Amino acid sequence: MRYAETGFNLEIDLSRGSIDKVETDPRDTELYLGGQGMAAKILFERVPADVDPFSPDNLLIFSTGLLHGTPAPAANRTVVNTFSPQTNLMSHSLFGGFFGPELKYAGYDRIIIRGKAPDLVYLYINNDKVEIRDATHLRGKGTTETGELIKKELNDQKVQVAAIGLAGENRVFMASIDHNHASAARGVGVIMGDKRLKAIAVRGTKELNIAHPAEMFEICQDIHLKMAASSGCGDWMADDEDDSFHHNHFAWGNARKRIKNYWSDELQERWTRWKYDHMDRQTGCYNCPKKCRNVMSWPGKPRFGYKCFGKDTYHMAAFLELDFSYEILGIAQEYGVDSYATPQVMAFALELLEAGILTDKDFPDMPADSRGRFFYLLEKIVRREGIGDILANSVSHAAKQIGNGAEAYDHNTVKKFEQLPIKLGKVNPAFFLMLATGEKMSITQIEGSFPQDPLPTQEERDEFVKKWEAVPDDKFKEYFRNWKKKSEISDEATCDIVEWNEAMHYIDDAIGTCGFVSSFRGQFGGAVPYHVNNIPGIIALATGMEMDQQKLWKTAQRIRALVRAVNVRRGLRRKDERPPEDHWAVRNEEYEQNLLSKYYEFKGWTSEGIPTRQKLENLDLGYVADDLEQRGILKIDASATAGRPSAETVTG
Amino acid sequence: MTAGLTTKTVKEILVDIDKCTGCRACEMACSAYHATPRYSSINPSKARIRVVCDEINDEYVPIRAGDYTPSECNGRHIYTIGGKQYSECSFCGASCPSRDYFVEPDSGLPLKCDMCESVPALEVPMCVKVCGAEALTYVEREVKREEKEQVKRGEIEIGLESLVKKHGVQAVIETMAQISKGLKP
Ligand code: SF4
Ligand code: SF4
Ligand code: SF4
Repeated sequence: MRYAETGFNLEIDLSRGSIDKVETDPRDTELYLGGQGMAAKILFERVPADVDPFSPDNLLIFSTGLLHGTPAPAANRTVVNTFSPQTNLMSHSLFGGFFGPELKYAGYDRIIIRGKAPDLVYLYINNDKVEIRDATHLRGKGTTETGELIKKELNDQKVQVAAIGLAGENRVFMASIDHNHASAARGVGVIMGDKRLKAIAVRGTKELNIAHPAEMFEICQDIHLKMAASSGCGDWMADDEDDSFHHNHFAWGNARKRIKNYWSDELQERWTRWKYDHMDRQTGCYNCPKKCRNVMSWPGKPRFGYKCFGKDTYHMAAFLELDFSYEILGIAQEYGVDSYATPQVMAFALELLEAGILTDKDFPDMPADSRGRFFYLLEKIVRREGIGDILANSVSHAAKQIGNGAEAYDHNTVKKFEQLPIKLGKVNPAFFLMLATGEKMSITQIEGSFPQDPLPTQEERDEFVKKWEAVPDDKFKEYFRNWKKKSEISDEATCDIVEWNEAMHYIDDAIGTCGFVSSFRGQFGGAVPYHVNNIPGIIALATGMEMDQQKLWKTAQRIRALVRAVNVRRGLRRKDERPPEDHWAVRNEEYEQNLLSKYYEFKGWTSEGIPTRQKLENLDLGYVADDLEQRGILKIDASATAGRPSAETVTG
Repeated sequence: MTAGLTTKTVKEILVDIDKCTGCRACEMACSAYHATPRYSSINPSKARIRVVCDEINDEYVPIRAGDYTPSECNGRHIYTIGGKQYSECSFCGASCPSRDYFVEPDSGLPLKCDMCESVPALEVPMCVKVCGAEALTYVEREVKREEKEQVKRGEIEIGLESLVKKHGVQAVIETMAQISKGLKP
């Protein structure tokens, strides 16, 4: 019997209209757990490196995490992976809610979608009954609207739906996939749209088995209640009305201007009133006691839900106030666009207009005020009309297409992906490395375990480390105790910190736990319910696999290296690993490049950022080394390949 | 005639829908607790509590399963509470043909909340225990109540006789048969 997982993939070929239920190999679970780990393996094996993201051969994978459906609280992040036309690299996206667990109860660990449907369809999964259904009547419908319509059509309110809106249908690069009010960002909606897949609806009423039931339940119960009582997890921004942090420190407009004393008591009071006058309720995700999502109804606009910095991006890009975000978010969410990247694309366009690179002719009938302009641009982008057709390709691609100096305004992307608008004074070394080398594309998906800032006094630092259960090794306590100035920390410590921060995300995204109770949240306060010291025990109880801290750490590194290999095969190299030039005012190229080299070496990567054979073999990824050698990406190391058939004898 | 006073413990679960976030931890836990062996499998569709989204108000309402009923209500009430309308269904725990809650998905048999009765007894029922949002609270109340007087046989006879007079023997027999079909033994 399989525990914690179902042991089945659902394989859908939309070109052929075929549906297959395929049993998986439990040995893969040992090595890659689930979620992004298994998806990376599938993408590595089944999508050749030269496949265009818009080819029918690109795969779109919806994965459950290994702990989805078990009693583990807050294990509900559904993982979506594919290849992105924006970066040409692996897209990695997550959404909360109820979808992943429901898919497990329907009897599947993941859905692997290949091909393209002739016209808009949706996938209906009801346990063993799986159908590809016509969705032409849902064309142009909003994301949550589509969910509601499908539930009515199927006469089942318990169905969980993930859908794209108009943006995805029109292959807008910033298109998201939405489920209830949770959003899968970072470039996956575009591929769902390209495959002509409007939505996936899931209903599951089967059992999920647990290897060591009573102990598992007890441990999870304990974590559940701790989470409920703790202020150290969940999204504090759901209730904290003081948002001076983002407004005083992050850049406005096209990641351009900081307004250092923006926040005031008067403003906070006014904004708080806007919020509570229009908030319907706060909701959470499956089997989690937190309630991070604020559900809002703004007069005359569609209802929406938001989390975290998502409520600031639109008005900060438009130099407006919170009421503007509340006004536009409902519409944007129904169209299905990434609320982090999209406002930046719009602000970028308006800067080009101001600079004379684009002219009024490019924006026929555009209103003169900022509010009106953002609404105008949203419509143009999701419909790919006029200038919107270019802007829909994201900042980097639009800048190239527009030319005429527009490239200089593309100043906030890494690997062609829009970054958070954080423009600071001095380099924080760990953030430099994370932004440079991260492959989950947004810093929020890379940072998170080690605190962002040192504490001012030695007593406070000592006190902090005393209660710090989450550390993988006591050396981190020493790093923190001795850390006084943000930019002053040893390279050795920086490498360790980046590796820890990343590892936690790779673990979360394989087992399906939410970053707000794990990988993302430790940096604020340190007291996270899930960490590398208690997760192994939980995995062991749920699955019956042997697992300990060391093995879990190695698994995280294995998945990390595999993702790197997937991207290296598609051309990712050192030259792509540069944070935006103006991310910090004071830069030291020599120091930065030196640090990057040290980090590559620390990771067991070549000076180009390619994992070495030795490193890959240590991580049980010998087959990846073979492949990289066959392609000539890795040089064949004669000493390391002794006793193995020469790579030259194998055709690549 | 006088009837004696008896004491009975009434177990109640108080539901504060203002606090419910719709997380369905209660469903998860109830299904785990009722699995055999205990906790060995999770399946919210077998839970004896379901978090139903009240469609008029869009509020989450956790409902515990009550008795099975073979027929759905004919005409349902809509209540207005504090200016908001609620459908009667939003609070009803019946395992009823108009919806698929509280039906064992494999056998189709009705499910019913047993207040997690077990030996040894739980301090509080499972669903209450896992509800981190504290939307569910467990209370026990001692109530004294008068034992109802047994209705004397003669009264049923009198009643039936009047029905026979009014509707005829055949109609009463048929109705009795009809009613008893729907009753569980
Ligand atoms: S912590 Fe918040 S976002 Fe994460 S699972 Fe819980 S409710 Fe959802
Ligand atoms: S556990 Fe509590 S908050 Fe969660 S759905 Fe059940 S009643 Fe609501
Ligand atoms: S009291 Fe027990 S049986 Fe009843 S709904 Fe709650 S968990 Fe289920």
